[in-house]
Amino acid sequence: MTPRVGIVLFPGSNRDIDAVNALTVAGAEPVMLWHADTDLSDVSAVLLPGGFAYGDYLRAGVIAQFSPVMRAVGEFAARGGPVLGICNGFQVLAEAGLVPGALLRNRGLRFVCREIALLPERLDSPFTREIGTQRPLRMPVAHGEGCYFADDATLDALERDGQVLWRYAAADGRVAAPEDAANPNGSLRGIAGVANAAGNVAGLMPHPEAAVEDLIGSADGLGIIRSLVVSAQEYATTGAVTGTRALAGVAG
Amino acid sequence: MIQPTRAYRFAVNVTPKPGILDPQGKAVERSLPHLGISGVSEVRVGRRVELAVAGPDADAARAVVDRLARELLSNPLMEQYEVETLDAAAAVASGAAG
Repeated sequence: MTPRVGIVLFPGSNRDIDAVNALTVAGAEPVMLWHADTDLSDVSAVLLPGGFAYGDYLRAGVIAQFSPVMRAVGEFAARGGPVLGICNGFQVLAEAGLVPGALLRNRGLRFVCREIALLPERLDSPFTREIGTQRPLRMPVAHGEGCYFADDATLDALERDGQVLWRYAAADGRVAAPEDAANPNGSLRGIAGVANAAGNVAGLMPHPEAAVEDLIGSADGLGIIRSLVVSAQEYATTGAVTGTRALAGVAG
Repeated sequence: MIQPTRAYRFAVNVTPKPGILDPQGKAVERSLPHLGISGVSEVRVGRRVELAVAGPDADAARAVVDRLARELLSNPLMEQYEVETLDAAAAVASGAAG
């Protein structure tokens, strides 16, 4: 059975077609979900793509959290369904409180659009299980508000509980500190993506969906998309996702 | 029952919390020497939202603004806000159902 993965389309989303392509390459059937949809019973995972939902007015992602589909996504997440937010999708999840932390304006103030190296922190989560080996992954970032922020106590807790899934890597493979040129936005502790405490909701600023084929410069993002698809498959079959138990085990 | 409804005007000033990096403020600060201005520091750039709220009295309107400021206009992780009362506007809908 081909798992069906929903792609949420807000007014202002613009990375949805790349998400369709990436999910197709990764072996899933993409299902478009409109911001006014309230029924997610047809999909076994949800992807929130990048863009500028509702124009990013006020703060990036903040208006989108009040759309009908986000209530449904919240319920889907509460049932244990896998949800991945990419770029603006991550900002929406953070504003909705579905993942911890906030995304501030880039440290350098500029909109940054370039390739970065992403270091997976762990390979057993629902969103990294198909990456294979721990190595820097090449993929693009394209955002103006991607500086990951949380207070020190929260950052300590996220690290302790295994909720940090990805960090920006410097050329030597080590984590890129906020002031390091390899850290595109000044993210604290080099954090590029995090998961919620239960482990079934995650967001990241870089674009794995834009790096799924060598033809377009890199296929390093495919492992992340494949992970989402495998987790969708598992959720469809068993009603739960294994990687989350690994996360919860660390947290416990 | 018909209640007189008035509109009360407020401003919500949202600023980055102390200690939060504010690159906009830093950029403003760095531009000041070009104007020949020195001695300016601690520039923080925020956002001001003005709004009118219809309600039976000022307290009820204020409660709406506080909720709005907390849940939408600011992100408590990175921002703080203060509510400013502006002059009360004229009655907008005295015939509105209460």
